[in-house]
Amino acid sequence: MKILVCIKQVPDAKDVRLDPETNTLAREGVQSIMNPYDQHALEEAVRVKESLGGEVTALSMGPPQAEDVLRQAISCGADHGVLVSDRSFAGADTWATSYTLAKTVEKLGGFDLIFCGKQAIDGDTAQVGPGLAMRLGVPFVTCVQKVREVNPTTLTGERMMDDGYDVFGVDYPVLLTVVKDVNQPRVPSLKGKMKSKKATITTLTADDIGADAACIGLPGSPTQVVDVFPPPARGNREVLSGTVDEQIEQLVEKLAPYLE
Amino acid sequence: MLLVDNELCIGCGLCEDNCAFGAIEVVDGIAVVGDACTLCGSCVDVCEVEALTIEGGPKGPQADFAEWSGVWVYSEFRNGMLAPVSLELLGAGRKLADARNVPLGAVLIGAGTGDSAEKLIAHGADRVFRADHQELASFGDESYGAILSGLIRQHKPEIILAGATAIGRSFIPAVANELGAGLTADCTRLDIREDDGALLQTRPAFGGNIMATIVCPNSRPQMATVRPKVMKELDFDGGRTGEIIEIQPEPDQLASRVRILETVVSENENVNIQESDILVSGGRGLDDEKGFELIRRLADCLGGSVAATRAAVDAGWIGYPHQVGQTGKTVAPKLYVACGISGAIQHVAGMQSTETIVAINRDKDAPIFNVADFGLVGDLFEVVPKLIDQIEKRRKQ
Repeated sequence: MKILVCIKQVPDAKDVRLDPETNTLAREGVQSIMNPYDQHALEEAVRVKESLGGEVTALSMGPPQAEDVLRQAISCGADHGVLVSDRSFAGADTWATSYTLAKTVEKLGGFDLIFCGKQAIDGDTAQVGPGLAMRLGVPFVTCVQKVREVNPTTLTGERMMDDGYDVFGVDYPVLLTVVKDVNQPRVPSLKGKMKSKKATITTLTADDIGADAACIGLPGSPTQVVDVFPPPARGNREVLSGTVDEQIEQLVEKLAPYLE
Repeated sequence: MLLVDNELCIGCGLCEDNCAFGAIEVVDGIAVVGDACTLCGSCVDVCEVEALTIEGGPKGPQADFAEWSGVWVYSEFRNGMLAPVSLELLGAGRKLADARNVPLGAVLIGAGTGDSAEKLIAHGADRVFRADHQELASFGDESYGAILSGLIRQHKPEIILAGATAIGRSFIPAVANELGAGLTADCTRLDIREDDGALLQTRPAFGGNIMATIVCPNSRPQMATVRPKVMKELDFDGGRTGEIIEIQPEPDQLASRVRILETVVSENENVNIQESDILVSGGRGLDDEKGFELIRRLADCLGGSVAATRAAVDAGWIGYPHQVGQTGKTVAPKLYVACGISGAIQHVAGMQSTETIVAINRDKDAPIFNVADFGLVGDLFEVVPKLIDQIEKRRKQ
């Protein structure tokens, strides 16, 4: 089995916030981490490899320092790391990102099974997984909460829906995006850590993947950000006072509009 | 690419302060651009000495905009009913269509849709494209996508809205990719820009810490998924008239490489917490899964649904579909009662668009009190039963 897992390096959410005094972004000590959903995608990819054999390639698009998450992926069981990185990718929206990843996948020769996290926690779009599948012409299933059975030609699993779940079956090749319920990611082994330090990360540029300059970065992005601003401030915050009974009495008064 | 004119730059740091992405910083008195730059242009706008420019910027219009006209709503239908967000979108779509002076269309795909098309008209649609076919009983990304993209190619609407639901956020990105259309996820506000009629799409980013407004300047159609419970539906008006257009899907449009073997609907309790007006949510402070019995009682009393934090889900006290936050669902109910929840940023990111937040926590310093409209400091095992009693007493009066 040729298995691919797509991984994004993201800023740690707890570090990214607006300074309430100045309304600017407080970012001292912002750490970069592997997107949490991608950790589950990686774990599922490694589990399939352990059950059916094959190799797992971890792919990331991002700046040179995104190499860190690829080494982390190798320490958790991936065999190869590929970083596609180029200054001309700057400003890419999900359309241009899907294009860039698809060109990279074609360059790498295609895969039987592709895992992505449901979404990245910085952009929260959940659009790149389905977009990549569409570009590659492979079927996709989003929000997979359980892989029930994998065999050399087909896979069955459960996809989370708003009102429950659907059980699905599909033949390879296929792209799956996963939610965190799908598994519990392992911690890297000492052997894995040693391996990741020595591993060679393949780096590809826009030229290497044969990307059309009109389809990458800002020029290739149909959507453009025109304004960025802090969210509207929440109303007057009030901590109730008095004994517990008095506070409950006040609260019920406040909740009157919702009790009709 | 963002360029800095080192002659003009005075190292004032305005750009650094205004960059939402931490992509520009002043080093040795000169602004330096990093790899995180998204070319959003915020820094260019604030620079007082005009030292910043974006090179190789926007390309010219590629689509003949005049060919694209009308606002469409994808009206989600599953398991015999319209998703509530479909009607909310008609409310939002009606305003956009009126601002653009174009008709409002609705696309209905499914099986056994009954009088849903008439209902869509009564809630604001001028035209309904209805593909009702037994093969469409189960949602399929490929079949639904093929029908929707076929209709878009044929009729060329300038704007297409869909709910930011499990279904909308799954197949709409593939449709947008196929059409080469710009797509903005999980919008919370939509407006028409006065000077050129473009759709202004506003959405939270970085877990709601920043709002971003997005446009598709050079391509059509403009597509957006919209967060449930944010837009207001119009009142049912049985007197409204509209046209229903029957769509006969081609056999290849019904084909799907993914086989749906079974559809399991949660019957025990409502897991679709994004559609609830009232949520009662529990966290680590519940101590164990029995604590959720109390949460359920309060939810039943208020006519709401049960939500949870990641900690409670990871502890196995309640299922993942109930999880609110960065690795769970984003909700925007009218009332959110947070019980025994500390208020970690990852949780707050998923609920801070709520109309009214109530926090019950015994730790007066818990960060949840920073976002709560009403905070009650106390032991939830004492407070919640008394609260239920008081609410019931008030109702009897």
